[in-house]
Amino acid sequence: MYARMQLRRTFLATVAAAGLVASVAGLASAPAMAQGQPVKIGELNSYSRFAAFAVPYRNGMQLAQEEINAKGGVLGGRKLEIVFRDDGSTPGDAVRVAEELLTRENVSFLAGTFLSNVGLAVADFANQKKTLFIATEPLTDAITMGAGNRYTFRVRPSTYMQTKMLVEAVKAKGVKKWAIVAPNYEYGQSAAANFKKLIKVATPDAEIVGEQFPALGKIDAGATVAALESLKPDGIFNVLFGADLTTFVREGNTRGLFEKRTVASLLTGEPEYLIPLGEETPEGWIVTGYPWDQITDAPHKAFIDAYRAKFNDTPRLGSFLGYSVGYMMRDLLEKAGSTDTEKLIATLKGDFKFTSVAGPVAIRALDQQSTMGAWVGETTKQGKAGAMKNWKYEDGAKYLFPEAEVKAARKE
Amino acid sequence: MTAKRIVAAKRDHHLSDLSFLLVQALNGLASASSLFIIAAGLTIVFGVTRIVNFAHGSFYMLGAYFGVTLIPRLLDVSSSFPMFLAGVLAAALGVGLIGVAMELVLLRRIYKVPELFQLLATFGVVLAVQDLVLKIWGPLDILGPRAPGLRGAVDILGHRFPSYELFLIAMGPLVLGALWLLMHKTRFGVLVRAATQDREMVGALGVNQALLFTGALFLGAALAGLGGALQTPKLAANPHMDISVIAEAFVVTVVGGMGSVPGAFLAALLIAELQAFGILIFPKITLVLVFLLMALVLVVRPWGLMGRPEAGQARVVLPEGIVRLQRFGRAEHVAVAAAGVILLALPLVGDAYAIKVAIEVLAFALAAFSLNFLIGVGGIVSFGHAAYFGLGAYAAGLMVTRLGLPMEPALIAAPVIAGLGAALFGFFVVRLTGIYLAMLTLAFAQIVYAVAFQWVEVTGGDNGVVGVWPSRWAGGRTTYYYLALVVVAAAVVLLRRGIYAPFGYTLRAARDSAVRADAIGIDVRTHRWLAFTIAGAAAGLAGGLFAFSKGSIDPTLISIPMSVDFLVMTLLGGVQTVVGPLVGAAAFHSIRDLLMPLTDYWRLLLGLAIIAIVLAFPRGIVGGALLLRSRLGWDDAVARARARTPA
Repeated sequence: MYARMQLRRTFLATVAAAGLVASVAGLASAPAMAQGQPVKIGELNSYSRFAAFAVPYRNGMQLAQEEINAKGGVLGGRKLEIVFRDDGSTPGDAVRVAEELLTRENVSFLAGTFLSNVGLAVADFANQKKTLFIATEPLTDAITMGAGNRYTFRVRPSTYMQTKMLVEAVKAKGVKKWAIVAPNYEYGQSAAANFKKLIKVATPDAEIVGEQFPALGKIDAGATVAALESLKPDGIFNVLFGADLTTFVREGNTRGLFEKRTVASLLTGEPEYLIPLGEETPEGWIVTGYPWDQITDAPHKAFIDAYRAKFNDTPRLGSFLGYSVGYMMRDLLEKAGSTDTEKLIATLKGDFKFTSVAGPVAIRALDQQSTMGAWVGETTKQGKAGAMKNWKYEDGAKYLFPEAEVKAARKE
Repeated sequence: MTAKRIVAAKRDHHLSDLSFLLVQALNGLASASSLFIIAAGLTIVFGVTRIVNFAHGSFYMLGAYFGVTLIPRLLDVSSSFPMFLAGVLAAALGVGLIGVAMELVLLRRIYKVPELFQLLATFGVVLAVQDLVLKIWGPLDILGPRAPGLRGAVDILGHRFPSYELFLIAMGPLVLGALWLLMHKTRFGVLVRAATQDREMVGALGVNQALLFTGALFLGAALAGLGGALQTPKLAANPHMDISVIAEAFVVTVVGGMGSVPGAFLAALLIAELQAFGILIFPKITLVLVFLLMALVLVVRPWGLMGRPEAGQARVVLPEGIVRLQRFGRAEHVAVAAAGVILLALPLVGDAYAIKVAIEVLAFALAAFSLNFLIGVGGIVSFGHAAYFGLGAYAAGLMVTRLGLPMEPALIAAPVIAGLGAALFGFFVVRLTGIYLAMLTLAFAQIVYAVAFQWVEVTGGDNGVVGVWPSRWAGGRTTYYYLALVVVAAAVVLLRRGIYAPFGYTLRAARDSAVRADAIGIDVRTHRWLAFTIAGAAAGLAGGLFAFSKGSIDPTLISIPMSVDFLVMTLLGGVQTVVGPLVGAAAFHSIRDLLMPLTDYWRLLLGLAIIAIVLAFPRGIVGGALLLRSRLGWDDAVARARARTPA
């Protein structure tokens, strides 16, 4: 009897603690701490939630990694090993994943992130941990301006830079009455704010006749198009992308919203968004994008061919970015001659340049923003698919924030 | 010109143009039809089965993907409108069959466990379907072809209006009519209505419930699929559309009155027209409008516009939640001591990352425990518990970053502010019951979310605020872990005392029979209000701790997925046990952390893990363990208690 009671209690104790013990045991298993030969870099991105962008990005980066290692690696024969992790698409998850990359994988520095709020949280984490973070994709101006810190460098041209490119491109048309449509979150709001500011500089008598801010991913396209139409603008600045964009464009095409109007549109020329548009692609929108199918200069063409051969898919803008960042990592490590954070930062801040297939890219030390540019052109239809025409690569160096604005915004 | 004058000028401009107003009303009607078709399915499924079907959004998404796959192939055969329609109907039928499969394989096995648990199962389906869609159709959005014959636009008072949208406007009333016929002229429909009014009575009269449920699931899923397939000429099928539609579908259903198809129609009309005209006056209102409306409707009409109080409500039902409180025996004390030793020793054996994850588990455990204080003890099912977690996090974060105060006062402010918020919202919440109560908590959470999202100057908008770090003395990882451990343990012990105190017994009495509790002189509403406030404060404390462990605050802390995570943790551990939510939080967070680095398809694995746990432990992990103990005859008292609850 006593024995049985004993058993009962032991069982209960075991069961009650089971969940806890199991999880703690899982956590406590010590990671392999061996500082092996390869140079490890932690890359976290939204591979699951924003796969349309992030998977081609990872493909591009893996291609670069293979080529670099085939040519002898980095830092005198060490292999470059990029550890890819899903960032969960929330700041909370991303900061934990960043911690895992640092403490368990012992990566030399961090790179990646897609959403702006995720990028900002990881940037602050890097600042706290005194670790280098290369924010590759987030477009928010804040990451190099108000929320900038000495450990964070951003690669892609920011919202401000891309908006400025579009404003320059439409300036000659002299459109005066503009309406704005943008998704209702930071990216959309700051693009709209940038546009308002920049268009008044470019066309002093320009006027914003109205704005629409549909919720991200939930546009009520009919109502939004009708609301814009009723404003009778001569030009429309569009920041919508993804599913919002396709539904907006089809609705606008049917209702004739874009006829005889100038449309400037951020990112719409990127294959990620042009492919779903297909036959619906509007004619003559002025966009930023990536006309990979028309690029002929040798190094870039070689990348495109290698990418298509390896992944049996056409490259996206993400592919170009991932590939470029792969080589940026190599050049950074080679020039610093070390994986030490301070040396890496000193290198990046000291007139650092790396070669991308689109040309040399520098880092401006003042706001730690790269001068990577974007392709600006017009949309057009080729058969049943969307494409870009009359495009040219705009070097980001011409579109950086004015130095005075950076100095006023950055808190360092 | 000031902002106000610009808005006024714009409004005048719009309002002066009558033909535009008419077109905008038509735009609203087209959206209303789409919204109604989806919500009708949800309301039928809920009416009959009482399942809060999160997977309804997944059905909608599948309908769209089936549509963009089937319709182009059919149009290749012959590009005609009947072919298009055939494709739409085939997609709806296909999704209906998937609904049947979900009922047969998953839901049927768990009808007898607490209703809430089925919600957990459907959430597992949501996660799994998200990744399956990604796997099958790829990540790129797919735009369907335009409908033949309705490609263009017609001229309405000088405005071009898409003819397909006229077709959609007609579809809403058409589906409403068809459903009315089905509900009033067929035996199946009569049974559906009967079950919606009084499910127990229908069962008692010998109606084959299994068949009825399968039928309801088929109809509900097919309607969602129809809604999705009808959208394909307008909206590209994309892997995010499940989430974007589900909240709105719930709002329509609740505003109309759960189970009422005409109510859903009315609500869809109201919401779509408000949306169409609202954006003319406040372009940024898109985020919050529907939830404001729902909160308003529920405060004024607790059962929605056309819903009725449940017929069986006065009947005494077997309670869901903590039925029987057990005091700790020696075995339990041993378990607690063991857990305590493990937690205390963790920093000695685990690396920095393990401690980081453990801190998060601690914060989530407190949040889940406080949620079960509401669900398990008070019978108050909150779908918006993240509001208070988030209020706490924001209170703490903003005090540190904006006011420059140190961590200590911020950590005190977190539960105070969250408690105040909970007291304010709770005042309205506790007047309702059941699903209406749950949806009102969701509405309030979305309002808090929208404020955090839109009030950029103060909250930093969706970028949030960074730089929320602990005071220097607590800055070390290990120190902060012990701080969190002490704070969480103290809060859990306090809440647990509340459960075991007369206050907890009173709450449970009110939960089991509000009428009887009222009759013996208990002020039910005030007790529930107090419980809501206390639980909110505890969640706020958890939020404060979480914010300092992350170094940042942002609206995802208040979002619907966060609220759902807390629900999942609570249910996973078991709502019928006191310690269940703690184990559930540890298990859920550990599983997620384990799966995330493994594969891009971690949502699929997480969803499958949840479904497996639901099937294996239909009472949650701790509930399952206790049941197993009693099955083995190791605890007669527990066995006796179980025998009184439905097996």
